[in-house]
Amino acid sequence: MTLLSLSDLTVFRNDCPIVDGVTVRVLPGECVGLIGPNGAGKTTLLRAALGLLEARGYSSLAALPASERARAVAWMPQAREIAWPVSVEAVIALGRIPHLPRGARLRDADRAAVDAAIAHMELEPMRHRTATHLSGGEQARVLIARALAQETPLLLADEPIAGLDPAHQIATMQVFAGLARAGRSVIVSLHDLAQAARHCTRLLMLDRGQLVADGPPAQVLTADNVARVFGVTAFYRDTPQGVVFQPMELTK
Amino acid sequence: MRLAALLLVLVAALFAASLLSGPLPVSAWQALAALAGDDGTPLSVVMREIRLPRALLAVMIGASLGLSGAAMQGYLRNPLAEPGLIGVSGAAALGAVLALQTGLAAAFALALPLSALGMAVLAVLLILMLAGPRGASITLILAGIAISALAGALTSLVLNLSPNPFAAADIVFWMMGSLADRSFTHIWLALPFMLVGWALLAGLGRSLDALTLGEDAAQAMGVRLPRLRLALILGTAASVGAATAVAGAIGFVGLVVPHLLRPFVGGRPSALLWASALGGAAMVLAADIAVREVFPTRDLKLGVLMALVGAPLFLHLIYKTRKELP
Repeated sequence: MTLLSLSDLTVFRNDCPIVDGVTVRVLPGECVGLIGPNGAGKTTLLRAALGLLEARGYSSLAALPASERARAVAWMPQAREIAWPVSVEAVIALGRIPHLPRGARLRDADRAAVDAAIAHMELEPMRHRTATHLSGGEQARVLIARALAQETPLLLADEPIAGLDPAHQIATMQVFAGLARAGRSVIVSLHDLAQAARHCTRLLMLDRGQLVADGPPAQVLTADNVARVFGVTAFYRDTPQGVVFQPMELTK
Repeated sequence: MRLAALLLVLVAALFAASLLSGPLPVSAWQALAALAGDDGTPLSVVMREIRLPRALLAVMIGASLGLSGAAMQGYLRNPLAEPGLIGVSGAAALGAVLALQTGLAAAFALALPLSALGMAVLAVLLILMLAGPRGASITLILAGIAISALAGALTSLVLNLSPNPFAAADIVFWMMGSLADRSFTHIWLALPFMLVGWALLAGLGRSLDALTLGEDAAQAMGVRLPRLRLALILGTAASVGAATAVAGAIGFVGLVVPHLLRPFVGGRPSALLWASALGGAAMVLAADIAVREVFPTRDLKLGVLMALVGAPLFLHLIYKTRKELP
């Protein structure tokens, strides 16, 4: 069963292709890292795949009606926006909106999904606190729980670990890797190649809108690819404690 | 639910107080009896044709302003937004001023509200053209500011060129907003528009809740933003346009009421919709009682009193927001 299928997806801005002929299939159980330098088109690719942007080519998600799509994929934009001083629980319950019949209140199944998401992200102690008063890392966890409560087979996240401390970064990536092991799939864009190498089962490398590499981290993060796309040299070792990847110097 | 009951009781109590407020020295019991049955006395005429429509209009106008203010703040995710932002009240005021200036208002009773409604419709068409289905929320704000400025300039032009100082005074007093001397004719004129507006705005709750997480996240949760924006503009225009057409410009209700009630509904935009509708009704009823009781001999205008109360509240809001910012 394919969760996402893109074929020849292309996005133009003023005649210039931002995303250029990307073809990808994502199956259940994958933790996919989307990597590439600033301006490579990571966010644009994710938004076009969701149908939030006009695009040429085909995306299986964009082809769905809006209400059906909301049950097929959850989306975490890069901006961690919580506009009003609502409780943590209320924010997470927003994830149930796509499942609620018109005009209905939360049903037992919805409350169970909210409780499960709160338990998953260990948010029980702050359940009734005001979400806008939490720290950035805590808000990020609340927003992940919100996406989990949507109970979709696929989760798309745009730079979910940007601006977080190391513990929150690792915890977030472990949640995503755990979802993939449980049979759901996650596509996450990120700049931290070390985290990508350690936690993702598959990497997609974007360069100026084109998909230049697609495969397991060891095959994508080759010295040649990293130098060509990111313009840096890197240290890569498979150690007993897991993969260690460290960008080192600029290639000039 | 407790808040709903509380607000309902408050509106009911203020409605009764509004019916009993006025210069006639009669007991509450007499007044209510005269209201219940038409006994042919002057008191019955006063109660049924002056005080009842006045109280009903206060409820309708307050609910329209509160509801559209809550919807507008929810959509723009900004506690400083208000229904006048899309330029409809300014345009409606211009329509009314034109009717007063040309003498149409004196020629037949409904010329003024009809002309105001016509201008409000024109403003909506203009704003839909500018900030149509593909526009962003910032386009809506900018288009609203432009339309308000244009309507304001044209209103000033009419005043400027007015050859008759009495007409100019009439215009100025009308623009201050008032519920005095309104009849059931005004209610029947405004009610259909308001009902349509309320229906459109009341259906937005879930989409506005989803917007708490931003436009992108809401869209990915199945919210159709172009439809939301259309319903918001048409709903606000219909209810606030009709309110301005019959009562003149009454500011601050749409701004202050949602702000005051937000903490009591846990910040949820959907719950704030009905709460602000009730709260707006209570606020306009209270203000309309105050203008009659504070200066019974002077014709204190409702819009003036509302701004006197609203502006300090607004300052308080700015003060608090300033403290919460880093």
